[in-house]
Amino acid sequence: MIAIQRIWWQRLSFVNLFLWAFRIAVIVVVIWGTAGTLMAGKYQREHWIFFTVFGLAQGGIYALIALGYTMVYGILRMINFAHGEVFMSGAYTAYFAAAALYNSGYLNRHPLISFLILLSIAMSVSMGVAVLLERIAYRPLRYAPRLVPLITAIGASFFLQYTFRGLYGSGFKAYPEFDVLKGDWIIFGVPVLRTQVLVLVASVLMMVGLYTFVMRTKIGTAMRAVSEDMDAAALMGVNVDRVIAITFAVGGAMAGAAGVLYAMVFKQVHFFMGFVPGIKAFTSAVLGGIGNIPGAMLGGMFLGLIESIGPALILDGLGIVAPYQLKDVIAFTMLVMVLIFRPSGILGERLAVKKA
Amino acid sequence: MRRLNFLKIFVALVLVTVGAYLVPLAPAATVGPVTDPIGVVKIGKGEPIVIAWWFVVEGPDASLGIDTKRGVEIAVDDIGGKLLGHPIKLIGENSGCNAEGGVTAATKIAANKQVVAAVGSNCSSEAVPGVPILWKAGIPTVSPSNTAPILTDPKRGPGYDGYLRTAHNDKVQGRVAAEFARKVLKANKAATIHDGSPYAEQLAAVFAENFEKLGGKIVAREAISPTDTDMRPVLTRISLGVPDIIYYPIFIAAGGHVTRQAKEIGGLKKTALMGADGMFSPDFLRAAGPAALGMYHTSPDLSPEALGPRYVEFLKKHEKKYGEKPLAPFHAHAYDAAMMIFEAIKKVAKTDAAGNLYIGRKALRDALYATKNFKGLTGILTCNQWGDCADPKIAVYQVVNTDPATWNPGVNPKKIWTPYVKR
Repeated sequence: MIAIQRIWWQRLSFVNLFLWAFRIAVIVVVIWGTAGTLMAGKYQREHWIFFTVFGLAQGGIYALIALGYTMVYGILRMINFAHGEVFMSGAYTAYFAAAALYNSGYLNRHPLISFLILLSIAMSVSMGVAVLLERIAYRPLRYAPRLVPLITAIGASFFLQYTFRGLYGSGFKAYPEFDVLKGDWIIFGVPVLRTQVLVLVASVLMMVGLYTFVMRTKIGTAMRAVSEDMDAAALMGVNVDRVIAITFAVGGAMAGAAGVLYAMVFKQVHFFMGFVPGIKAFTSAVLGGIGNIPGAMLGGMFLGLIESIGPALILDGLGIVAPYQLKDVIAFTMLVMVLIFRPSGILGERLAVKKA
Repeated sequence: MRRLNFLKIFVALVLVTVGAYLVPLAPAATVGPVTDPIGVVKIGKGEPIVIAWWFVVEGPDASLGIDTKRGVEIAVDDIGGKLLGHPIKLIGENSGCNAEGGVTAATKIAANKQVVAAVGSNCSSEAVPGVPILWKAGIPTVSPSNTAPILTDPKRGPGYDGYLRTAHNDKVQGRVAAEFARKVLKANKAATIHDGSPYAEQLAAVFAENFEKLGGKIVAREAISPTDTDMRPVLTRISLGVPDIIYYPIFIAAGGHVTRQAKEIGGLKKTALMGADGMFSPDFLRAAGPAALGMYHTSPDLSPEALGPRYVEFLKKHEKKYGEKPLAPFHAHAYDAAMMIFEAIKKVAKTDAAGNLYIGRKALRDALYATKNFKGLTGILTCNQWGDCADPKIAVYQVVNTDPATWNPGVNPKKIWTPYVKR
């Protein structure tokens, strides 16, 4: 018996070669562009700080939505494509409360209480929609082949979009402005928009809260147990249906909170608003490692940053004329890169510490 | 046996496929007293003449579609709902202000063989793919609000032979905007933003070209996508060039974001903002909020001084029928488009002894193109060989109050400048 020894170039297949070429090409483009931009010296230090802050605020919102995707995936191994609509339902419903509060003048007299009211309305509506979604659309299909709940999710997404269009109309609504949040605060000598400070602080608090909830509480432990092995958890006395419902509820609440924060920063809400953030949040979840909670947070922040900084940093240096038109190209190229070279995402694909 | 079944199905499929291909290519047809190279619509005695509209009547840009739809409806009322003894029936499709919506709407209308002519579309992005679909079915369409230059460009291709418009060509609007920025605002540096739609991209380009011709400098030509919400990075980039004015002829949702966020960028606090007719609507004030105060728009001049007493009468009818002021600037153009179609039908339709009406499709298209010195609401319309029929009057407006309830073009936004002198 002769051991077949091959030298490295014989082992190289065409696909491998292509992937290496792709990897190198991307790295060269990124370095070339970055060097070009930095050498041109067009942007000052403060511009980069602005880009970073804009990116982090946007990323915080992506991250909060991504948490819902990732938690559901961690437990059920399914992508809840209707999650963008869960986000929309809370933000859109809370608009009516915001308008009423604004018209009565209460909003600007007690901004903090008003904000909390809006947050609680949006979170409870989104939570309700998410739980109903699970109960009606996903639970009957829990043991169906994987593709079935996926298609159902897309159907549910359309159903929710057009239900809300029927409820609230097809035009858009504009959130009132909080007087306290107009203008900017000077932080370390840099003017930062107040709404963005609020979004950053609120989203970080929510994420820390959620992480503690999952890691420290009894229900959180049950969630991790179900995620590790649903049948074993059931045998150990965990009420699996209840844990899954709670997972949807928590994910929905995060999406509702993201909805209000989104409305604070961008002001417009309409029935189709969940689509693009939903796709972006899904991308963030995959980037960070789907099923992984810190991964979703990291992925969201990362995507927000790359969307905000990327066009200026990489594309500008390549001499591309209107780089911000291509920000989605950067975001989704990132997704493709991750799927090719590290399919389990930046932090790896797991909700629980250990998975069978 | 099984094999035979298969064969039968195969033959049936082939027949259906070939048949489907032959139908739209129907050669010269003679129906009743009319012979036409494309086809003839026969309307039985007492049956309605079907006119279709394809407008964006839903979503963020719904104001544009509802406004034009109302113009068509008032035109039908004005001729008493009847033409040559036949009632007029309006049918319509939502075109969504994007290419996909335009294709869907046009396909649905084209499938209805009774449709004589169409009014639409609203957004140029809908017209680019939609018009050839309608024309393949022999349906000419007159648009009240497409303004992209490409649609009436000599290089547009034969698919657009059935296309006309009563709206201005953006070669005019872009020039007016540039003249205003240069001569009145004395702007030296300008930035443009478009959203990739044919309307926005071409209008921004025409503005830039004219602005440079007048001695100004374009410091940034940026683009966004219509679904973007975070404009702060791109605005920060624009602020590097310190422009005196930003011209962003885009649509309501994205335009609202740009307007609000431009005021938040340090380097753009003194920069003038200017939009165009695509977001000239009370809905834009809703989208942009207090930040819209003081911004400029180019839009058709709809003042009674420009349009005369007939328009005042039209406004009264509008107020009476819908209980509010027009929502966007193209209702009068839609009225004219419908009237042009009615006039052309009158010219070419033939009635036989039994009272049936026959309309040749090619003949109708030719009659529309032959429109000359047509006295419309928006002026004296004469169509050139590429279907540009407008009598363009563009004015510059400035927002003086951001409450959408005060929307009243001419007063708020206030008309502040017009380039033309004579009526």
